[in-house]
Amino acid sequence: MAEFRAYVALGTAQIRSAASYRASFLVELFGNVGATVFDVLTVLVLFRATPAVGGFTLREAILIVGISSAGFALADMLVGNVDKLKTYVRTGTLDAVLVRPLPALPQLLLMDLPVRKALRVVFGFVVLGLAVAANDVAWTPARVLLIALAPLMAGVFFSAIFVTSASLAFWWVDSGEIGSAFTYGGRDFTSYPISVYGSWFRNLFAYAMGFGFVAYQPALTLLGRDDPLGLPSWTGFLSPLVALVAAVIAGVVWRSGIRHYRSTGS
Amino acid sequence: MIQMQDLKKDFVVRVKAGRLRRKKRVVAAVDGVSLSIGRGEMVGYIGPNGAGKSTTLKMLTGVLTPSSGTVSVCGLTPVPQRTKLALRIGVVFGQRSQLWWDLPLRESFALLRHVYRVPPAEHAARLERCRELLDLDEFMETPVRQLSLGQRMRGELTAALLHGPEVLFLDEPTIGLDVVSKQAVRSFLAELGAAGDVTLVLTTHDLADIERLCERLVVIDHGRVVHDGSIEALHARYGSRRSLVADLAAPLPDGFTLPGATLAAVTANGHRVTFTLDSSTAGAAVAGLVAAVPVRDLSVVEPDIEDVVSRLYSER
Repeated sequence: MAEFRAYVALGTAQIRSAASYRASFLVELFGNVGATVFDVLTVLVLFRATPAVGGFTLREAILIVGISSAGFALADMLVGNVDKLKTYVRTGTLDAVLVRPLPALPQLLLMDLPVRKALRVVFGFVVLGLAVAANDVAWTPARVLLIALAPLMAGVFFSAIFVTSASLAFWWVDSGEIGSAFTYGGRDFTSYPISVYGSWFRNLFAYAMGFGFVAYQPALTLLGRDDPLGLPSWTGFLSPLVALVAAVIAGVVWRSGIRHYRSTGS
Repeated sequence: MIQMQDLKKDFVVRVKAGRLRRKKRVVAAVDGVSLSIGRGEMVGYIGPNGAGKSTTLKMLTGVLTPSSGTVSVCGLTPVPQRTKLALRIGVVFGQRSQLWWDLPLRESFALLRHVYRVPPAEHAARLERCRELLDLDEFMETPVRQLSLGQRMRGELTAALLHGPEVLFLDEPTIGLDVVSKQAVRSFLAELGAAGDVTLVLTTHDLADIERLCERLVVIDHGRVVHDGSIEALHARYGSRRSLVADLAAPLPDGFTLPGATLAAVTANGHRVTFTLDSSTAGAAVAGLVAAVPVRDLSVVEPDIEDVVSRLYSER
C-alpha cells in the first residue's frame, strides 16, 4: 500500500512537470491524436481501391484495426516510453533510478508517463466502439467477455513487446530504432487480416511470435466467421494466454537486462 | 557495515580492428578489492581517473552486478536486495541528480518522502535540520533546473539524507563547486560524521575533502587497493616529511649543516632556505639555525597530501 502511494506520487509529479510546459503539452495532446487517425485512414484508403482484402470486408477489417489500435494506444501511453531506456543506459541516468527503493521498471514508466498520449487511447477505443456497432455481432456472454478482454490483452501484449525490445539496450547500447521494427511493425502487422501475408512471414509473426492472436483471431471469433487459414474458433480466446506468455518473457528479459547494465564512467 | 571480499568487475570492451571486425578485450575495472568498513567510519576513497572508484561504489549500491567476489552492505547483498538496501543507504552521485528537474526543490523532497515511505514527522525533522545547516530556504521554491550547481548539490545531499540512511555514499560531492559551496558541503558532512551514526564513504579528487573529513583513506589504482590507512600512515609510508622554511637576514655561511635535516632549497639570493626535517625536531632545527644566522621569519610546513598522492599515482 505504501508502495502504491509512492507510485501515485511519482505519477502525479510527472503530470505536474509536464504541465509546467503548458503550451507544448496542449499541442502534443492534440497532435498525438493525428497519429492514430492515420492508422485508421490507411485502412480506409486501402478499401477505396478494393472491396475486400484477404477475404475481409471494410467493416470486418475495421474491427481488427480497432482492437489493434486501441490496445496499441493503451500500451504506448502506459509503457511506450520505456523506449527512452536506451538514452538512460547510454548516459547512465539509470543509476539514479536504481538507487531508489522501488523496482526500476515502474519507476521509469511513471517518470516519463506521456499524459499527452491520453487522447490517442480515447480515439482508439472510439474506433473500436464504432467497429463493433458496424458489424452484426451475435452477442453471447463469451463474446461480451472477449470484446472487453481483447483490447486490454492487446495492450498487455504490445507492452511486453515494448519492454522486450527496449531491453535490447542493456546488451547493445546503440540498438537505435531496431526495437521499433517490433513495436510499430507489430502494430501494423496486427492491423490487417493476416490472410494477406505470405506464408513463412505469417507463420513467423502471426503464429510463432503470437501477433495473430492479438486482434485477428479475436475478431474472427467475435464475427463468428470461419478462419480462412483453418484455425478453430476458440483460438480467439487465446489472446490472454498469448499476452501472459509475452509478459512473462518480457519480465525475464528485463530482469536479466538490469543485471547486465554497465552504467557509465563516472 | 560494509564488507567486500575479492570484489571484481570486468567490462568487455570492443575495439575496432579493421572495417567490420571488432576485437573483444576484457578490462578489469575493479580487480580484487577486499575492504571492511565499520559503523560510523568516514572513509575517503580516492584514485586517479579510471581507477575503479565509481565502479566500486556502484557495486556497493546495487547498480552494477559484480563479476566475482562477494559484497555486503548493512548485511544485505546489494543487487538481489537492491530495493531493500536502498531504504537504508543514501547516495549522492555528483554527476547524476536524484531531484525532479522541473519541480521546485520542496516538491522533490515531498516526493522522496513517499518514495522512501518515511513517517511525516521524521521527514519534517530531518528536513528542518538540513534546511538550517545547508541554508536551503532561499531556493526551496525554485525549480531544480534553475538552481546553481552549489545549490543543487546541497539539495542532493538533503535528498540523500531524508530517509535517515545508515550508510551514505558520496561520489565526488564537491565536483565543480566553488570554494564557498565546497566549504558548506564539507562542514555539513563533518557535522554529520561527528554525530557518529552514519557511515560515510566518499570518493573525490579534491584531497582537501579527505583531510577535512576522513580518518581513513583508501587509495585505489588500476582496480586494486594500494593504500588503506590514515593520512599519517600514508605520509610515513612514502617518507613525506615536514620542512622548515626560513627568511634570513644574511645568506647561510658556506658548508652550514643542521644535524638531522637536509638543505632542500636556497632561493631569493640565499635569503630564503628550506630544510627537510629528516630526524630532527622542528625545535632543534630552529635553534641550530638561529645560532648560526639572524632569522627574520620562519615557518614549519606540513607535508602536502597532494604530493604524496601524485607520487602514489605515478608509481605504476
